[in-house]
Amino acid sequence: MADNNLLLDVRDLKIGATIQVPGEKPYDIEIVHGVSFTLEKGKVLGLIGESGAGKSTIGLSSMAYGRGSVEITGGEVWLDGEQILGHSHDQIRKVRGRKVAYVSQSAAASFNPAHRLGDQVIEAAMEHGLSSRSEAKAFADHLFAKLGLPDPDNFGRRYPHQVSGGQLQRAMTAMALCSKPDLIVFDEPTTALDVTTQIDVLAAIKDAIHDTGTAALYITHDLAVVAQISDDIMVLRNGEMVEYGSVDQIINNPQEDYTKSLVSVRSILKEEGGELDAEPVLNCRNITASYSNSIRVLHDVSMHLHKGQTLAIVGESGSGKSTMARVITGLLPQETGDIYFKGQQLPRELKQRSKEELRSLQMIYQMADTAMNPRQTIGQIIGRPIEFYFGVTGREKRKQVIELLKKIELDENFYDRYPAELSGGQKQRVCIARALAAKPDLIICDEVTSALDPLVADGILKLLLKLQKETGVAYLFITHDIATVRAISDSIAVMYMGKLVRFGPKSQVLEPPFDDYTDLLLSSVPEMELGWLENVLKHRKMESAGH
Amino acid sequence: MLSNPLIRMIAQRLALGIVLLFAISLVIFIGTEMLPGDVAQSILGQSATEQSLANLREELGLNQPAYVRYLDWVGGILQGDLGTSLTNKQDIGSMIGTRLGNTFFLASVAAVMSVPLAVLLGMIAVHYKDGFIDKAISMSTLGAISLPEFFIGYLLIYFVAVQLGWFPSNALVHSGMSLMEKLYAVALPATTLTLVVLAHMMRMTRAAILNVMSSAYVETAELKGLSSFKIIFHHAFPNAIAPIITVVMLNLGYLVVGVVVVEVIFVYPGMGQLMVDHVIKRDMPVVQACGLIFAATYILLNMTADILAIIANPRLRHPK
Repeated sequence: MADNNLLLDVRDLKIGATIQVPGEKPYDIEIVHGVSFTLEKGKVLGLIGESGAGKSTIGLSSMAYGRGSVEITGGEVWLDGEQILGHSHDQIRKVRGRKVAYVSQSAAASFNPAHRLGDQVIEAAMEHGLSSRSEAKAFADHLFAKLGLPDPDNFGRRYPHQVSGGQLQRAMTAMALCSKPDLIVFDEPTTALDVTTQIDVLAAIKDAIHDTGTAALYITHDLAVVAQISDDIMVLRNGEMVEYGSVDQIINNPQEDYTKSLVSVRSILKEEGGELDAEPVLNCRNITASYSNSIRVLHDVSMHLHKGQTLAIVGESGSGKSTMARVITGLLPQETGDIYFKGQQLPRELKQRSKEELRSLQMIYQMADTAMNPRQTIGQIIGRPIEFYFGVTGREKRKQVIELLKKIELDENFYDRYPAELSGGQKQRVCIARALAAKPDLIICDEVTSALDPLVADGILKLLLKLQKETGVAYLFITHDIATVRAISDSIAVMYMGKLVRFGPKSQVLEPPFDDYTDLLLSSVPEMELGWLENVLKHRKMESAGH
Repeated sequence: MLSNPLIRMIAQRLALGIVLLFAISLVIFIGTEMLPGDVAQSILGQSATEQSLANLREELGLNQPAYVRYLDWVGGILQGDLGTSLTNKQDIGSMIGTRLGNTFFLASVAAVMSVPLAVLLGMIAVHYKDGFIDKAISMSTLGAISLPEFFIGYLLIYFVAVQLGWFPSNALVHSGMSLMEKLYAVALPATTLTLVVLAHMMRMTRAAILNVMSSAYVETAELKGLSSFKIIFHHAFPNAIAPIITVVMLNLGYLVVGVVVVEVIFVYPGMGQLMVDHVIKRDMPVVQACGLIFAATYILLNMTADILAIIANPRLRHPK
């Protein structure tokens, strides 16, 4: 190698996979079509793209690893002067965990539940004979402290289920760093975390790789996150490189249309609704609810929502926002408090509610996949509520379904197709149509865009707003994503630990003066500017010093 | 103490086991009551007269109502007295004692042979998944389980005992023998039992490990560069252990309870033979005692499986 600083040199990488549809002959497809990039020692390259862009697959190829039926079919991967694709199984074992380490999206699933964290963290170093057990343990404790884990000397004695998700993600970073690799592949390490946790983990990762001089491939779908941590960024789409350049160039001066659309995503903004009917569609008064009579998950929560408007309930996992939806739908009857729907008191339990009440309150779920019967056609799925609530059958039903399909911007051909043939965004559209088919007054949207790529999610949000304008339906929008809240809501309820922290029209809730939690939540949302992370952390330090 | 969920769950299992045992004692008693035939008739045989039958029934306590006899029986058992045999007037406890020891001895030898072998073969099969070795292991163990045990027994007797002369064809053991002599004597029946239970345990081990092989933590282990056997043994096996334990315990239960045929073939003085003999003689107290002991063994083993599976779960062993 001419360049001594060059660590990873990927040339014309091609990756294929075998698709096996039950009952059909397996066939091969190519998922990465000739991608090349280089990475110098101690640098961070961000790989960014939507799902299916091939970014994780490319990241894992630097360890010569293919998940499931994925196989590297062409090209070269030079790691520190060695072409690792030609390595035998035993040779590649000496690269994995020693020269390259991997941090996955879900640390909770990636730690073995049967072993203590400490043993797992030092395992790679032990396996490769890099240090003695006591040395490795001392280094692991050092890393735990560096990554800001509580009680670092004893942290390793705990089991995965005994620590939180954010702590596990840090522990996994420690596990990767422990064998002092040259390169770490971070595969969406903060995506599964709450936004207030994400910022700390992000800062910890950034510090740790900076201090140890480890190079990194940082894979994410969130451009704002990768802008905080990378030196260079490669934008990928459908297994091909779209754009490759320095962070500054990609964020501030994107050349390709696709990159521009990623940078400018969330262009939607709903104007806050003005005139309000005297009576809200939904009015929840002092709701208290518990699971199995012991753990109280909602404490005295009140909120209301008017016709044709969107109320966004925002909060982190465990805040009680989904529980609120379960109470409103009657799945979890509240202990105390009342719910008024269109002025009438709503029975607590689902069983006591009339068909009319059921019809006018519909739901859309996060996972469109699991919310549809895979053995029914789209026509049957959307037609079911039409038949059930209005008794419409035959040709008239078909006509109404096709009208609904037009409303969700899908054509007539979808009528006879099955959910499995649709993309994620299309499936969610079908779920929206099914909810609309009942002609409801209120639709509860539970994280409906969380599982979707940003551009697809944007399309769904636009559709929801359009439909709201046409039909005057109200949305109760449950989400953890502040950007979505900004985009579509009229009023906002901020929840934290089962309590309502803040409630009011969007303009009031998102404007200072803030309470402590809302401030923390809003300032934790990554922004697409260089140095944002440092600024926020500096700001927080000054604030806490001032207190 | 009971605030620890682990101890509470184990205590629950124990209590449940005791309740179950009482329920089973009732079922056994009712079952033997319903059996046709009359012990007095079978003792006296052809020479029975009306009078002598009545006298004998009086003597044996057969004229008392069923619930009195049941309470007598259970009360005796609670004090460690299994009653006396109707046919030969011996104390059932001492009659069963040596036989039960023999049965447990044979079962233990078969277990010590079969359990580690099954787990090991299961792991090897996972390592060579879908390859020749995997298929060979599956085919041969399946073949062994498909043959009736008496057939395997006779095959072993013919080839290993008669042709090669390595081991004796009858497995007579008595208290005067040393451990090595006993092991030598039971080699063939233990091998027969091993072949019978191996496939079940091996296949469950394979399936349970394969089930966790697709989990993210196995991928993590692979990306650490660990060797394949270390991944299977250290990372997959501990998480697959609960279903394996269940199947192992079921098979251990079979080794104790289901060995009648093997005992008969190899003339082994165990519980199975004893029970069959006394069913023929209509000697109900002996049959009841055997049944209760078998049931207790089954319950104990399954309870052990439950408890071990609970202990194997790190979430319960190390609460938050």
